[in-house]
Amino acid sequence: MQWDIVIGLEIHVQLATKTKIFSGSSTAFGAEPNTQASAVDLAMPGTLPVPNEQAFRYAVMFGLAVNAEIGRRSVFDRKNYFYPDLPKGYQTTQLDHPIVGPGFVDIDLDDGSSKRVRIHHAHLEEDAGKSLHEDFDGMTGIDLNRAGTPLIEIVTEPDMTSAEEAVAFAKKLHSLVSSIGICDGDMSQGSLRFDVNISLKPKGSDELGTRTETKNLNSFRFMEQAIAHEVERQMDILEDGGRIIQETRLYNGDRDESRSMRSKEEANDYRYFPCPDLLPVVIDDAFIESARDLLPELPDERKARFKEQYGLNDYDARLLSDDARIAAFFEEAVGQGKDAKLAANWVLGEFSARLNAEDKTVLEAPITGSQLGQLVARIADNTVSSSGAKKVFEALWNGDADNADAIIEAQGLKQVSDTGALEQMVDEVLAGMPDQVAQYQEEADPKKQKKMLGGFMGPLMKASKGQGNPKLFNEILVRKLGG
Amino acid sequence: MHNKSVAELSRELESGKISSVELTREFLDRIKAEDRQYNSFITVTEDQALADAKTADEQRAAGKASVWTGVPFAHKDIFCTNGIATTCGSKMLANFVPPYDATVTANFRAAGAVCLGKTNMDEFAMGSSNESSFFGAVTNPWGLGNGEKRVPGGSSGGSAAAIAARLVPAATATDTGGSIRQPAALCGVTGLKPTYGRVSRYGMIAFASSLDQGGTMARTAEDNALMLNVMAGFDPKDSTCVDRAVPDYTATLDEPLKGLRIGLPKEYFSDQLSPAMEQQIRNAVKEYEKLGATVKEVSLPNAKLAIAAYYVIAPAEASANLSRFDGVRYGYRCDNPKDLNDLYTRTRAEGFGGEVKRRILVGTYALSAGYFDAYYLKAQKVRRLIQQDFVNAFKEVDVLMSPVTPSPAFVQGEKTSDPVTMYLEDVFTIAVNLAGVPAMSVPAGFVDGLPVGLQIIGNYFEEARLLNAAHQYQQVTDWHQKLPQ
Repeated sequence: MQWDIVIGLEIHVQLATKTKIFSGSSTAFGAEPNTQASAVDLAMPGTLPVPNEQAFRYAVMFGLAVNAEIGRRSVFDRKNYFYPDLPKGYQTTQLDHPIVGPGFVDIDLDDGSSKRVRIHHAHLEEDAGKSLHEDFDGMTGIDLNRAGTPLIEIVTEPDMTSAEEAVAFAKKLHSLVSSIGICDGDMSQGSLRFDVNISLKPKGSDELGTRTETKNLNSFRFMEQAIAHEVERQMDILEDGGRIIQETRLYNGDRDESRSMRSKEEANDYRYFPCPDLLPVVIDDAFIESARDLLPELPDERKARFKEQYGLNDYDARLLSDDARIAAFFEEAVGQGKDAKLAANWVLGEFSARLNAEDKTVLEAPITGSQLGQLVARIADNTVSSSGAKKVFEALWNGDADNADAIIEAQGLKQVSDTGALEQMVDEVLAGMPDQVAQYQEEADPKKQKKMLGGFMGPLMKASKGQGNPKLFNEILVRKLGG
Repeated sequence: MHNKSVAELSRELESGKISSVELTREFLDRIKAEDRQYNSFITVTEDQALADAKTADEQRAAGKASVWTGVPFAHKDIFCTNGIATTCGSKMLANFVPPYDATVTANFRAAGAVCLGKTNMDEFAMGSSNESSFFGAVTNPWGLGNGEKRVPGGSSGGSAAAIAARLVPAATATDTGGSIRQPAALCGVTGLKPTYGRVSRYGMIAFASSLDQGGTMARTAEDNALMLNVMAGFDPKDSTCVDRAVPDYTATLDEPLKGLRIGLPKEYFSDQLSPAMEQQIRNAVKEYEKLGATVKEVSLPNAKLAIAAYYVIAPAEASANLSRFDGVRYGYRCDNPKDLNDLYTRTRAEGFGGEVKRRILVGTYALSAGYFDAYYLKAQKVRRLIQQDFVNAFKEVDVLMSPVTPSPAFVQGEKTSDPVTMYLEDVFTIAVNLAGVPAMSVPAGFVDGLPVGLQIIGNYFEEARLLNAAHQYQQVTDWHQKLPQ
């Protein structure tokens, strides 16, 4: 049987506020356990929450970035359950009146098509603390530094139909929240966490199947693997005539296994009700406009501009615009020269490959955009050949010198582009290779002729000590041989 | 000195006739000698009080005194006091010492008042008789002369009994459904529950967040005004606190009452009220007429629904508010928990008393899937109707007057076996909390030798008008000066 895959995502995004959503404690990651937990975060008796305005501003910025309606009357509810890292015994969240209403995100797929994924809503809530199960000899340690960190939980419609689409959406969302500055985007620290809802239905059927939720995926790779794993698991069950149980599952990426965490029957009754310690927050036009003013250029806007301004193709424009830091690096590089396409090739080629190889982010790269830009400019003006340019890049990366010109000079990589000198070399080399010249001139097939040019190039590069401009040599050769 | 009011003691201190240290010692001695029979204090902070008194005397000598500098008082044990045990009347918090002050506590500290200790209360403020305290019941000073151990009311029974017994001239209190007014009435003292949002709730241990309000208790209306001057005002730490100017509540105490329009809600003069009680209330209203007030009957048509709505909303909020008492971070923890579930269940089974558990169960039930609409949402609708009743009534009159309780102080144990009978103690006080309006209890006579309280209810933020009305009444009556034998 053929199956349609139906995927919806829930994404927890930690907001990059300096302090917590309901207290003045710092949200910085990595402090000693419980050093960033105030009386409010510890839910000491009598303490009360006070909302952090910046969290609302960030949530509204997100709403505007995904073309969503902003909830004008934002209400907090209590979600009741007991857990040691949930100090109050309830999570303060939003149920019926979230701050961000329906919106959408357009994603680009590898086949060049684009797809719209609808956002159902996004709500503000507080993060829980962490339970530490190691190092406590059969006991559990509680670290409440994270308790009260502001989150937005983004809930999509079940609009995705493959792991590829889900991952494309996740990456797009990651780039969006990072580039508008509301989240540090560091997935290894849990700044974005993905829950994936998956169901299968017979191909073409209108009726949705029973879904499962796989929780807390914190890398794109695990997400892709987890979806593949769960789709296969459900397909096996359905094809054997079985039924899918509505449940929450945990995926172990290291072993590519998943297990049931709890079924619907075991699910908590969270007994939501409006939090009486917090009044409804009214979001007015002025607040929305002030949030809009803080929005930088969005990736979609940037992509359109890159195509328009630099004449890039769709694919390059997307790759360069998704991540604001890569976009900034690219624009810094272009700033040094005219050839944007060449700069794009270098940023997406040599530079990105090197970052990947060394597992570095753009910010950690040892070279700046303007350094790369200068190199690109030297390629464009024929000062250095592309093979020479790779040597210059290597030297820049290793910090041998701080600019391309100095390296070209020091390593003698400058191309000879003086046509008079080059012509003389060509004449000398051709004079020493009469047989090959004759062969060339007797050949009728221009393709084969073109190939034969390579036979002259080696001696020419040798004669010029590798510094002759190959493009110019080529032109001169064709002219002289073609006669 | 112990029979004097806060205003009088302040003048004595200012005149130099007595020092704060002497005054503090006098009250501490009285607590030591007499509180065994009332049990109105959970904690007495003798050393701290004497040290604070000494500081107060120095401040006064340096000419840096406020009205409150050096005046002894007490806090209900629901207000967090930095470095001093704060139990909320519960085994759950018997060992809890907060590392912070409630805003109310900090305000009295800043005013230079000398806190003698923490007064007894119903566990987590749940009760109308002060019999649910883990630290034992409080006995009403009234009736003891006849050998009767009567309840002081609750939940602020410790504060009311301590003032009635002249162990302190004033004490803080809180009121969620009548917890200031009912004990004030039963103990013959004057108490004020301010408008919801007038006094910060920060550091005041929550029972039902949308109803809880800190307030004042003392012998005279004037002393209540002096207390409210310290307590009222916006607090950035409490989002439900209202940012609104605070008047000097003593400034308008002497305004004449001529033309004051009094409404008598007919629903509060029903057959639930004993004829003897009704007579006392009607007598008090007559005094107001003599002072120039006009009286008419008004209606609060939805008042009869107040208890039902309250006993959904308050337990629902309490069920969540009390979830934090889980044995993980502070407070009571059961011995040798086997696992997480055992830690939770035994800690809470052992740490909470019966009435608290009853309300957690009721609240949990009311919020459960399938019941939420029928209980919680319905109760919120009723609450809005009740609020509207008060809004309508205050279009016609300036204040409402009624009894505080259906009958005077009852004997300990009389109602403990029947929670519903106990809940009916608050039949005249609960609607006020649901609406959020301010209300007072003012001593207004005796039935069978036991005090009767007159309830005066005002419009939102009209505490000054209530205090003025109570003060004027206390200029022509002396019910508030009567002493228990």
